[in-house]
Amino acid sequence: MPTRITPLPLTAFTATSTLGSGRAAHAAAILADRGGLRPNDFTRVPLPCAIGRVAGIEDAPLPAELAEYDCRNNRLAWRGVNADGFLDAARACIARHGAERVALIVGTSTSSIGATEEGYRTLDDGRLPAHLRRPVLHTPHSPGLFLEAVLGTRGPCLTVATACSSSAKIFAKAERMIRLGLVDAAILAGVDTLCDSVLFGFNALELVSPEPCRPFDPARNGISIGEAAGFALIERDGDARAPRLVGYGESSDAHHMSTPHPEGLGARLALSDALARAGLTPDDIDYINLHGTATLKNDEVEAALLADTFPNTVRASSTKGFTGHTLGAAGILEAVITLTAMAEGVVPATLNSREAEPICGDRIALAHEPREIRVALSNSFGFGGSNCTLAFASGTPHWA
Amino acid sequence: MNALTVYVDGIGFWAPGLPHWAAFLRAALHDDFALPETPSRPSPGALPPTERRRAPEPVLIASEAAGQAATMAARDVATLACVFASTHGDLAITDEMCATLAAEPRELSPIRFHNSVHNAPAGYWTVAAHCHAAATAISAERATFAAGLLEAAVEVASEREAVLLAAYDIAARGPLAEMAPSALPFAVAFVLSAAKSERTIARLALRPTHDATVSDDVPASFLPLKSNPMGAQSLPLLVALARRHAREIVVASSRKTVLAIEVTP
Repeated sequence: MPTRITPLPLTAFTATSTLGSGRAAHAAAILADRGGLRPNDFTRVPLPCAIGRVAGIEDAPLPAELAEYDCRNNRLAWRGVNADGFLDAARACIARHGAERVALIVGTSTSSIGATEEGYRTLDDGRLPAHLRRPVLHTPHSPGLFLEAVLGTRGPCLTVATACSSSAKIFAKAERMIRLGLVDAAILAGVDTLCDSVLFGFNALELVSPEPCRPFDPARNGISIGEAAGFALIERDGDARAPRLVGYGESSDAHHMSTPHPEGLGARLALSDALARAGLTPDDIDYINLHGTATLKNDEVEAALLADTFPNTVRASSTKGFTGHTLGAAGILEAVITLTAMAEGVVPATLNSREAEPICGDRIALAHEPREIRVALSNSFGFGGSNCTLAFASGTPHWA
Repeated sequence: MNALTVYVDGIGFWAPGLPHWAAFLRAALHDDFALPETPSRPSPGALPPTERRRAPEPVLIASEAAGQAATMAARDVATLACVFASTHGDLAITDEMCATLAAEPRELSPIRFHNSVHNAPAGYWTVAAHCHAAATAISAERATFAAGLLEAAVEVASEREAVLLAAYDIAARGPLAEMAPSALPFAVAFVLSAAKSERTIARLALRPTHDATVSDDVPASFLPLKSNPMGAQSLPLLVALARRHAREIVVASSRKTVLAIEVTP
């Protein structure tokens, strides 16, 4: 079992998704039970499904000095980093600690592969067309290179790409670097955009719902895909009122590339490690933001875990009915939603779901509920059996 | 900051014509390497027979190197946390997938899609190894090897447990090759641990900095291996390890920073 860690303050955080840009847009949607999924108008070849599309990205090119990085994914990163004054907070943090003492850790699943797809659709004599002959777009590290150019960090910089757990795992990496004294702070980013690869890929796996997804509903029939950019600043020291990362757990299912372990073994290990690092038990948890993709298998496994590990006083929901499954950005988007829910004192709804799996129905919030949330968990599970659970506490944890 | 110190307890290697670390050692000591004319692929014993036949090439070469390193270190693969590092990921699947999406997106194969994720080698490896420990997959352009080494060392130092690092790239295909050049497959793996033992091959002290020149000292006959991005990034360190030289190797850790690695055999 891992040993307990020192909680680290999250001194700034923000998210941009189909719900809008910034925490206030996400809070307003949660308080109104108002989602952002709409019929697919993204793919050229029709694909009947709902998507969580961020409006206006195609009309918002990057500033001229960053034009080398211009593509949908980096545009979304740019919009995201400018929300809630995050860019200013990050720059102030770099000025405070020195650029060498700040890490930049990015999570993504498909990075800017949308630009590669576009290049293959418009080949010019067997080559990518001239305007897309930019190597910084055709690499998994594209968002890392772009954000490093924007922020000017000179500490460790890497992109984590473990499918749908990517931007949850970056919190764990940051905590370790800070604990070892490698850096004093880390800028965490998760960015993933809609692209043909994921829409047609999940469709080929028969995991896409023709309608807005209904997590944990017994009649659920698959995921809705979305896009998002989320950011967080994690530091060694910070305001006592700032929420904290108090634990995390990472594990592997060792079962299958795209199907979860039937007993949720990996998910249980990630949970127990997160609780051990936080020094908490399941009874201490007020709210769980579940992975809740609305696939038959994921929700079945997670429902069983919820039912047999947590008391029926816990509140839990999946917020993918609001935003869609934002894949590599889901970890940090849902971390920011969880932190926003803590700040607002509200448990978000499991939107679109009319009822919840009987086994865990008493623990799932179908509509939003006012509630003080002092300690919360967020689950992220991905292809390759990659699992991560994060634990957060509101400022000055009551159990400290 | 103080340097991060880790111990190399096992090394695995696979490239065309150099199917294991012993072959690399011989070639490095005698500056004697010639690229074979016919392409080859490994058949990693770490994978079940069905996967050895059908798994994507990154899974094969990363698993081959990883399996060798774990065997040399005498580590139980079921409990070994792992870091998989690749500059470009599966360049063959990205090429095929983008070509299919351009022609007939509804014909995209579900297996090809789930194999396209950057953590496919980590996924196949942990399934085959019955490993429930944390597995990570990273990328950092020309600094991917340094970023993987640093991440693995951070996990070793913070969790006080051994970590497997596998770093690889395959050859590029199709129109993508102009943007992500790579001429051949190349994989290297280390088992890193927190304490010196009878298995220890070398001590590595890692120090992030930005005022040192990147090492570029490799045997002349290794030139073809530098056409692979992971080869170009990792060869100076591998040659120092092979020659048992106590020296400092510098690798790029981002566009502006480097990682100084003090190698002590």
